This record gives sequence, C-alpha cells and structure tokens, in this order.
Amino acid sequence: MIVQVMADSADAGLGAARMQMALSLGWHIVLACLGVGMPAITLIAEWRGHRRGDPHYRLLARRWARAMGVLFAVGAVSGKILSFEMGLLWPRLMGAYGQVIGLPFSLEGIAFFIEAIFLGVYLYAWDRLTPVAHMLSGVPIVVAGVASAFFVVTANAWMQQPTGFRLAGGRVVAVDPWAAMFNPATPPQTVHMILAAFMVTGFGIASVYAVAMLRGRRDRYHRAGLLLPLTAAALVTPAQIVVGDWAAHFVASNQPVKLAAMEGVFHTQRGVPLHVGGIAVDDRMRYALEIPDGLSLLAHFDPDAEIMGLDRVPVADWPPVNVVHLAFQLMVGLGFALLALSAWLALAWIRRRDLPRSPWFPRAAAVSGVAAVLALEAGWVVTEVGRQPWIVYRVMRTADAVNPAPGLVWGFVLVSLVYAVLTVATVYVLRLLARDRPVPIAPQEPDVHDETDQRVV
Amino acid sequence: MPLAEVMIGVMWAGLTAYVLFAGADFGGGVWDLLSGGAASGRRRRELIEHSIGPVWEANHVWLIFVIVLMWTGIPGVFAAVASTLYIPLTLAALGIIARGAAFAFRKVSTELWQRRLFGAAFAFSSVATPFFLGTVAGAIASGRVPAGIAAGNVVSSWLNPTSAITGALAVGTAAYLAAVYLTRDAQRAGEDGLAEEFRRRALACGAVVGLLSAAGLLVLRADAPRLFAELTGGRALPLLALSVAAGLVSLALLWRRAYLAVRLTAALAVTGLLWGWGVGQYPDLLPGVTLEDAAATSSVLAATLGALAVGAVLLLPSLWWLYATFQRDRTGPPHERGDSALRNE
Ligand code: HDD
Ligand code: HEM
Ligand code: HEM
Repeated sequence: MIVQVMADSADAGLGAARMQMALSLGWHIVLACLGVGMPAITLIAEWRGHRRGDPHYRLLARRWARAMGVLFAVGAVSGKILSFEMGLLWPRLMGAYGQVIGLPFSLEGIAFFIEAIFLGVYLYAWDRLTPVAHMLSGVPIVVAGVASAFFVVTANAWMQQPTGFRLAGGRVVAVDPWAAMFNPATPPQTVHMILAAFMVTGFGIASVYAVAMLRGRRDRYHRAGLLLPLTAAALVTPAQIVVGDWAAHFVASNQPVKLAAMEGVFHTQRGVPLHVGGIAVDDRMRYALEIPDGLSLLAHFDPDAEIMGLDRVPVADWPPVNVVHLAFQLMVGLGFALLALSAWLALAWIRRRDLPRSPWFPRAAAVSGVAAVLALEAGWVVTEVGRQPWIVYRVMRTADAVNPAPGLVWGFVLVSLVYAVLTVATVYVLRLLARDRPVPIAPQEPDVHDETDQRVV
Repeated sequence: MPLAEVMIGVMWAGLTAYVLFAGADFGGGVWDLLSGGAASGRRRRELIEHSIGPVWEANHVWLIFVIVLMWTGIPGVFAAVASTLYIPLTLAALGIIARGAAFAFRKVSTELWQRRLFGAAFAFSSVATPFFLGTVAGAIASGRVPAGIAAGNVVSSWLNPTSAITGALAVGTAAYLAAVYLTRDAQRAGEDGLAEEFRRRALACGAVVGLLSAAGLLVLRADAPRLFAELTGGRALPLLALSVAAGLVSLALLWRRAYLAVRLTAALAVTGLLWGWGVGQYPDLLPGVTLEDAAATSSVLAATLGALAVGAVLLLPSLWWLYATFQRDRTGPPHERGDSALRNE
C-alpha cells in the first residue's frame, strides 16, 4: 500500500504528507480506542471489586488504571501531533474549511479537558477519596471519551459528506457549523467507530490474559481478567456487524465510487455479484469467489439492482481499488471471525457457566486483540483511501490541500523515526507494567496488598 | 465586529493559561535537567514529578484549545502560520511527544537506567519545545509570516533575532514560573531545604528573564519597530509597565519568602508581557491582514463561542476541583505519603 500511495502521488511532498498523516492517525487511533474503552472496563472491574469485596477485581482495576495512565499520556501526545499536522500538512484544507469543521473540534477540546481533569483525579486520588466517590470520578472520563470520539469522527464524516456551507467565488460562505457536524455520514460512522473502540479494548485486554493462561496461569485472577473484557467485547460484536451493514448501505447510496472500489466493480450493471477475495488486474477482478447477484442484494435488497461501476467516473477520480477492496475484505472477515469467538464464549457460558474447555479457546482469545486492531485499521483504510482522490469528497482534491513548502519528505522521515522509537518504548513499558510486582497499593484498600504477588503474564 | 474580538480575546486567554500552566510544566523539566546526578538530584526530581504528575495532562490541553480556536476563528492565519513555520512547529510537536511519553514512562519505571533514559528525554524536550514555540511567536511578532500558504521563507522566518530572543524568553519564563511554583510546593511538603533552593533559583532566573526581556525590547526596536512603538509609547505601554512592576514585586516577595503571593505576581508579570504583545499588534494579525479580514463567518464564531461558554460551566468547577484536590495541605514529605506507592518507588 505504501508503494502504491507513493507512486500515485506525482509529487513527493504529497506522498510524504499522506503517509505521515496515515501513520500518525493509524497510531493514534489504537490509543484513542483504548482511551475510550479502558475507563469503562476498568470502572466495571472496580465496581465489581467494591460490591463483592473481591480482591481480584480490585487488583485488576488497579493494574488497568496504571496501564491507562501510560496509554492515556501516549494517546494524548499522539493526538496533539495530529492537531498540528492538520495545519502543517493540509494548510489549504484548514485555511478554507477550518471554520466549517471547527465546532466539533472545539467541543472535542472541552471533552479532552474533562477527560484529563478527571483522569488526574482518578489516577492520583485513589487514596484521597472514598471508594464510591472515586468510582464516580471515573464516570466523566467514560462520558468524555465517548463524546470525544463522536466529535472527531463527525469531522471525518464531514470530509465524506460535506454539508453546511456554500462556495461563492471561491470563498466559503453561509457556514452552518451544526449542519456540517450533523452531516449525513455522521450517524453510521460515529456509531461504528465507538463500537469499534469497545471491541478493540475488550478483545485487547482479554488477549493479555489469554496469553497468561496459555502460559499456565489459570487461577481466578487471570480468569477474571480474561472474562470481564471478553464478555464486554462479545456483547458489542453482534451490534457492530449490524452497524457495519448500515455503514455499507450508506456508502452504497452516498459514495458509489467508494463502493465500486470496495467491491471491485468496474462496469455499471444490474445483478452484480459479490466478490470475496480476489485482486484487480487490468480493470477486472480476478481470482475472486463470486456470489451471484450478491452485491445488488446486499446493497439495495434487490438482486437486480443496478450498481454503479468505476466506468462512470474518469480514471483520475478512482481510488486505489486493490487497497480499498482488500482492506474491506479484511475488516469484514475479521468481524465475522470475532463474532464466531463471541458466540463460542456465549454458548459455553449458557451451557456450563464456564469458559470453553478447548485449548483453542485461549489461543483464539489471544489473537483476538490483534484481530480487532487490524479490523479497525482496515476500516479506516476503506474510509480514507476510498475517499481518494478527494480530501473533501467532490469539493477539494487531496493534491490541492497539501502544504507546498519544500522538505515535507524529511518531516515524514523524522516523524516515522520518532514513532518507531515511541512504539518500542510503549510496548516495553507496558510489558514492564505487566510483569512488575508488587502492584501499587492504596492505604484504603489493604486487601489488595495481600494479593500483590500476582503477575499478569 | 465584536464577535471576532471576543473570539481572539478568548484565544489569547487560552494562550495565557497555556503559558502559565504548561509553561510551568516545561520549567519543571528544565529544573529536572539541572537537578544534578541521580542520587543528589533525587529529592528535587521527586518534588517536580509530584507537583506536575496529576495536572500536566490538563495543562497541555490549553495548547489544543488555542490551535483549534485558531483554525476555527482565523482559519487563513492558521494556514499561513502552519505552512510557513512548519519546521519549528514539527520540532515542537516532536518535543511534545517525547516529553509527555517520557514523563509517563519514567513514572512507572523502576530501574535506574530506565529512569535516567526517560528522564533525559523528558528534560531535554522540556527545553527544546518551549524554545521552538517561542521562535514561532517571534516569527509572528516580527511580521515574518505573510498571508498565504507557505508564502514566507521557511527558514529565515523563524531563524532571526526576534525569534531567537523570544525562544530564549520562553524557556526562561517557563523555568522561572516553575521555580516560583515549586518553592511553595516544597514548603507545603515540609521540604524547607528544597524550598530555599528553589527560591534562590527563582531569584536568579527572574533576574535573567528580566534582562532577556530588556534585550528583547532592543531587538524589537531594530527588528519590529511597529510593535516596539506600541509597547513603549502606545496602547500596550500600560501592560508592559504592569509586567515590569509585577516582575520587580515578585523579586521582592521571593526575597521575603512570601511564596504564595509571589505566585500571583509572577503570573501577572508573564500575563502583562503576553497581553502587551497582543494589544500592541492588534488589529493586525499578519502583515496586511487585520482581525476583521481573517475572522471566520459570524455563524461559526457564535456557535463556537456558545459551545465554549457551555463548556466553561462544566470545566471551571472541574479544574478548580482538580487543583484543589492536589493542593490541599498534607503532612509529611511526598515520598512518605501513601500515594507514593502509586508511583512505585
Ligand atoms: C473492530 C473494528 C471493526 C469491525 C469488526 C468492523 N468494522 Fe467497519 N469500520 C471500522 C471498524 C470495524 C472503523 C475503523 O471504525 C471504520 C472506519 C471509519 C469508521 O467510521 O469506521 C469502519 C468503516 C467501515 C465502512 C466504511 C464507512 C465509510 O467509508 O463511510 C464500511 C462500509 C464498514 N466499516 C463495514 C463493516 C462491515 C460490513 C463489518 C462487518 C463485518 C464491519 N465493518 C466490521
Ligand atoms: C483515527 C483514525 C483514522 C485513520 C486510521 C485514518 C487513516 C487515514 C489514511 C490511511 C489516510 C491516507 C489516505 C491516502 O492518502 O490514501 C488518511 C488521510 C487523511 N485523513 Fe484520515 N484516518 C482517520 C481519521 C481521520 C479523522 C478523524 C480526520 C479528520 C477529522 C482525518 C483526516 C484525514 C486527512 C486530512 C487526511 C489527508 C488527506 C487525504 O489523504 O485524504 N482522518 N487517513
Ligand atoms: C484528525 C484526527 C484527530 C485529531 C486532530 C485528534 C486530536 C487529539 C488530541 C489533540 C488529543 C489529546 C487530548 C489531550 O491533550 O488530552 C487526542 C486524544 C484522544 N483522541 Fe484524538 N484526534 C483525532 C482522531 C481521533 C479519532 C478518530 C478518535 C476516535 C476514537 C479519537 C479519540 C481520542 C480520544 C478518546 C482521546 C483521549 C484519550 C487518549 O488520549 O488516549 N481521536 N486526540
């Protein structure tokens, strides 16, 4: 994909800017998902620990809170860079349309404040508040995290379906920021994103404990650490599939070129088959498993519905078909695989109130976190690469938005190096946290102290 | 067009908050850098870490606030500044990454070498980041960022006398504010020796910042005569005078160990400088671009300001609660308190 995007852009600066944006967004989104999901899951653990007086859950809550402190800091700095990059890389986008999408970003700023403030209290005042007050201090973090995801994705949705302004003589006039924020793409995209955040967090945390189980740590503590987040993720997954279907219908009716790229439809016709797998060569899908009339049926509930092909738009307006098609296949495939895992857990639980006994279960759970992250990234590739060559769909081209200053390539090289180091350091520190004991104590919770020789992995 | 004025005022207030709160965080990093060896500097570093730990995330959101208001309220100016000054801004952004991440990493590491490594990254980026942000301020103040996309020189716009002096001033101010705030924190923690130490540093640093400001005025006279005229004889003079007066009073208060009062006057001195610049430059944002030319449409300004007003109702009490929770007097030095266990020492 890197090669293709680089080759697509006539100009090295544009290619570098796009890669830099994709790298920083792709990095930030993983942390952002944890920022949305972890506070909720940690609070559930803390609450269970408090209600039942169960030290295992208390210890889990503490561990997760510590990891959250690190993840949140890294998520916040990687988000700050994005705010810079909006201007550094895409000054023409921001100069012209900054005011149109400014409102959700301002609201997001408020949400960040709330998050940061209450996180400070939640992490550092564990021993200064009563248990109930402490848990209450976590609630605004959850609300603000979900809200911030909502706000920022409305801005992205606007880039897919720009509304709320008019152009008169090249100038943006009659701006209605609320209409821009609540554009037609906002409902499906925001819901899909927020559910994705909970899936990534749930499967992600569960993976860590599944790995521990594979290493023979099968005690109550590790079971609880697996079961709680996995249950949360398993509850979200079916809903996510339904919402994904909604998103796909939305794309079918509002961004037909993107749909054509997602499905590799080159010729406009009726009764279009669904392509599973395959690769586009010379403007044809090859090696794909074809389900007759499948796409027409799925997209418009009518086996004979017409689907617009790429032939309706000039080649200059095509997104890179293979990237979008493969990414879409990957997301949907992983979505169904995670659904299967969820169903497995649900069945075993209904039958025996226990985890499935098969050794394949912890193995599957151990890779589920990676799978969820991959689905997340693939989804963004579908959305963002599928929108190309437009930065604002049918309004502004990506090539017209980029900063023309010389030397963007070096900026990209530097940023990549920093992210490489940051990735290594983050993983390293998280592993330290997982291994280290004793777990920090709080005077008000002496019972946690007694359990401090638990390691995660 | 009063909406635009309100917006720029709110933005400038956000910038002031950023300098006062996040500036002190950066300054904490500067003192961390100058704290000496791992053993001899331990208590100093602990105090610094303890003071900024719970609040640094919130402090740095002010920068996002300013950036977002800029692209919402004066989008053309934001685009011009970001595109011309992308080099110092990229470097500042990388500094922000290094600083925030290293701070969080150090807090949870236990081995000496890990703490040293992350500590060094934290401390060096604490110096570099305010410096680069300061050069950006200097570039704008000296009129080196023309309207338009990447219309200015990408190098000389921020490598010039005004930028150099504002960069140095930014680092100095940060260090000064931090030293002032830390005196009181040390005193409250019962660390009178540390309080004394930071008092001496604050005094020295305050003198340096005063000299830097004077030198800055001389540079401005040669490099940005219009702003200089406004600061020394025009609308901005009262603010400059306020800054100078507050700066002198701060030194006196430090001398007399009035650590709580000096927090206020030190902040006032810095605020006077910032608002002096703002008022001195108003209504021009960039050469030939006034606020009126640059402002977003009034529907955008109204919606954004309305949203921020609602947000403020939620935020101000929460912020108050945050600072109050951690400023409440507690007995004993930080490393003997229960919460130090959370920091795993
Ligand atoms: C855990 C993550 C995850 C999972 C399991 C799925 N998705 Fe997804 N998908 C995302 C995570 C995601 C995402 C990363 O969050 C995206 C990118 C932009 C967005 O709003 O959501 C996305 C975008 C996205 C889009 C593009 C929307 C647009 O361009 O406006 C479509 C059509 C789908 N998804 C469809 C599906 C379907 C049919 C799924 C069923 C299996 C599915 N997704 C599972
Ligand atoms: C956080 C999750 C996101 C990911 C992983 C993501 C991914 C990507 C990718 C892969 C590209 C490169 C596309 C290409 O050049 O072919 C891109 C471009 C871009 N995205 Fe997103 N995106 C995300 C969210 C957003 C949001 C929320 C916004 C804005 C509010 C946004 C704004 C942009 C911009 C401005 C570009 C550059 C122009 C372009 O290439 O179209 N992205 N993103
Ligand atoms: C162009 C796109 C984006 C920009 C400019 C951006 C900006 C930011 C900034 C500035 C922060 C730091 C806030 C702080 O200082 O505390 C941040 C954190 C965060 N962002 Fe993003 N963001 C983008 C994409 C996204 C997306 C797509 C999501 C959706 C899930 C998201 C969710 C979050 C969350 C939940 C946090 C706080 C939690 C954490 O830091 O881990 N962001 N973002």
